Amino acid sequence: MSQRIPVTELTGDFRQRAKEALGDDQLRTNFRNAMDSLMTKRADAFPDEEEREGLRELGNRIKARALSRLPDLLEQLETRLTENGVHVHWAETVEEANRIVHGIIERRQGRRVVKGKSMVSEEMEMNDYLAGRGIESLESDMGEYIVQLDNEKPSHIIMPAIHKNRRQVSRLFHDHLGEPETDDVNELIRIGRRALRRKFMEADVGVSGVNFAIAETGTLLLVENEGNGRMSTTAPPVHIAVTGIEKVVQNLRDVVPLLSLLTRSALGQPITTYVNLISGPRKPEELDGPEEVHLVLLDNGRTGAFADAQMRQTLNCIRCGACMNHCPVYTRVGGHTYGEVYPGPIGKIITPHMVGLHKVPDHPSASSLCGACGEVCPVKIPIPELLQRLRQENVKSPEEEPGVKDGGAKYSRSERLIWRLWQQLNSRPGIYRLFLWGATRFRKLTPKKAGPWTDNHTAPVPARRSLHDLAKDHLARQGGQ
Amino acid sequence: MNARNNILNKLRAGLSGATPRPDDFDERLVTEPWQYAPEDRIGRLRSLMEAVHTEVHTVGSKDWPKTVAGILSRRNLNNLLYAPETDHGKQLGEHWQATEPTIELVAYDRPVEEWKDTLFWGVDASITGTVGGIAATGSLVLWPDRHEPRLMSLLPPLHIALLRASQVEDNLYTMMQRHNWSSGLPTNALLISGPSKTADIEQVLAYGAHGPKELVVLVIEDE
Ligand code: SF4
Repeated sequence: MSQRIPVTELTGDFRQRAKEALGDDQLRTNFRNAMDSLMTKRADAFPDEEEREGLRELGNRIKARALSRLPDLLEQLETRLTENGVHVHWAETVEEANRIVHGIIERRQGRRVVKGKSMVSEEMEMNDYLAGRGIESLESDMGEYIVQLDNEKPSHIIMPAIHKNRRQVSRLFHDHLGEPETDDVNELIRIGRRALRRKFMEADVGVSGVNFAIAETGTLLLVENEGNGRMSTTAPPVHIAVTGIEKVVQNLRDVVPLLSLLTRSALGQPITTYVNLISGPRKPEELDGPEEVHLVLLDNGRTGAFADAQMRQTLNCIRCGACMNHCPVYTRVGGHTYGEVYPGPIGKIITPHMVGLHKVPDHPSASSLCGACGEVCPVKIPIPELLQRLRQENVKSPEEEPGVKDGGAKYSRSERLIWRLWQQLNSRPGIYRLFLWGATRFRKLTPKKAGPWTDNHTAPVPARRSLHDLAKDHLARQGGQ
Repeated sequence: MNARNNILNKLRAGLSGATPRPDDFDERLVTEPWQYAPEDRIGRLRSLMEAVHTEVHTVGSKDWPKTVAGILSRRNLNNLLYAPETDHGKQLGEHWQATEPTIELVAYDRPVEEWKDTLFWGVDASITGTVGGIAATGSLVLWPDRHEPRLMSLLPPLHIALLRASQVEDNLYTMMQRHNWSSGLPTNALLISGPSKTADIEQVLAYGAHGPKELVVLVIEDE
């Protein structure tokens, strides 16, 4: 348990993993059940369409307003937090962020870290970084804890262990904690509670994420159901919050609609059990709470997305997970297939800015563009539109102006040439007629194999007569009557 | 501070020529759907909280300590963590002195470091006040302070919270306005809407994940 072996390397590429996932009945059942129930819960939480749409519009405006003033708001946040006694740090890369976190822990000679749920710390792979330096970094959200015990990564941003069923969890607890196997979920949670409570008590440092950072008051807002977030931010003598620079909002009242959108979209709950607003460390006269509070603001590609007015909308995201819950692709292949920290539709639009599009070249096209994600997104990110944009970026030639980090991975000279010819063909009537004449006469010569298309479809064959031809006949006949 | 400047410069470059969007926050969207007649507020709060496994009792402002003693003895609990310096803490202390129940009152009167073990493992229940409640979402609002520290509502398996009926607001927005939150928040403010829970295994709901397994709300009717 104390020795952490590196997370199992994901093998193959997206396509290969997707194929494997599609063949895994257990996995597919686990996801199907979970996603169906999350979709129903969300729908039930928004019974009034008008109310929902009004709130989504407001959510979108709040985020757009915050982004339109982002640098000023970040400075304001820093000023307020500093006044409140919170230390603010800035990191451009995950390495930098890890160094900062490690530095704080080292100064306190900390050896044990407990973590509340934080996707940014997943981006940083903080657990591995700290483990490599002799510091135990333990996840305390039940789902994250389970995933960490099994040396896995979360497969969903809200429900990290959703790919596992109770038998798999029971076996895991048996193997790692020596607990007797059980089918009772309550008993499994009790086992987790006991194991982790000791860790909360002994921890030198608590790490958490942030849901909203409020510039007006210098407040970090965290939502959760379990209480592990409160434990991590209250019990240890030091609290380090890590977050992306896009999480800042202007005013305290802005969080009222965002909070409602977040918990209803994510879990169908009117509110989470705990909403934790942290505005400073323990005051000298107080009896508990951390003596030191730090906030690490991470860029990691976000400024790249920000630079492009269209892709900037990606930064509206409040990480509710609704887009993945409603995604027909995600539901079938599961979160691990994406091979990155953020799976599903939000992953497809945010990951390229973090790791470069060349690392995830298949992601933009792993979508039917059905539009469900954009329809449910509580802050109205036009995800399908952004996916189309990324598809274009994916095939940009080296001479073209790149719109995203490491675009053009799928650029192919021959493909570009074919499209160019196709364009010419369709914009010149003379050539087009000649082409039609040939295509209908020599239709038997069309190739039987046309790339991946013909793996699952029969090859298209031109008709004996073109539509053009038929229409001409038809009109002639009408004229003759 | 290089990272800071680089990030801010990149963001400013991205915004060059753009004007900041106006603040067009429409408060009706977060208030109008969530308004209740004063006499319905408690009912709404109660039904939402009960739906997430919370026990809600209506009590009198004089005799609630008796209800507390009853709740504890029904569960066979041995001790209760309380805040002796608060008004409700004093009232509770007096009741205890007068009736001498076998349940021990434990005062949260020293820094957590001095008795972490006891706090984490040895306390059965706690009682705290609240600064109010929210009808729209079925939430309690707590502002822990020197006298009633943060961990009181988190560590014990049973948390009993006192709520004055007159301090229940319609929604979070009106709560923030009424108490002017934007001009000063405590080090830690909390909304609590039920006992700790998780659905991380197969989406099966289980209570008492890391915080209290049980939450009991005593609604004090004002005379
Ligand atoms: S993109 Fe929208 S739906 Fe998806 S996680 Fe972000 S906020 Fe939620």
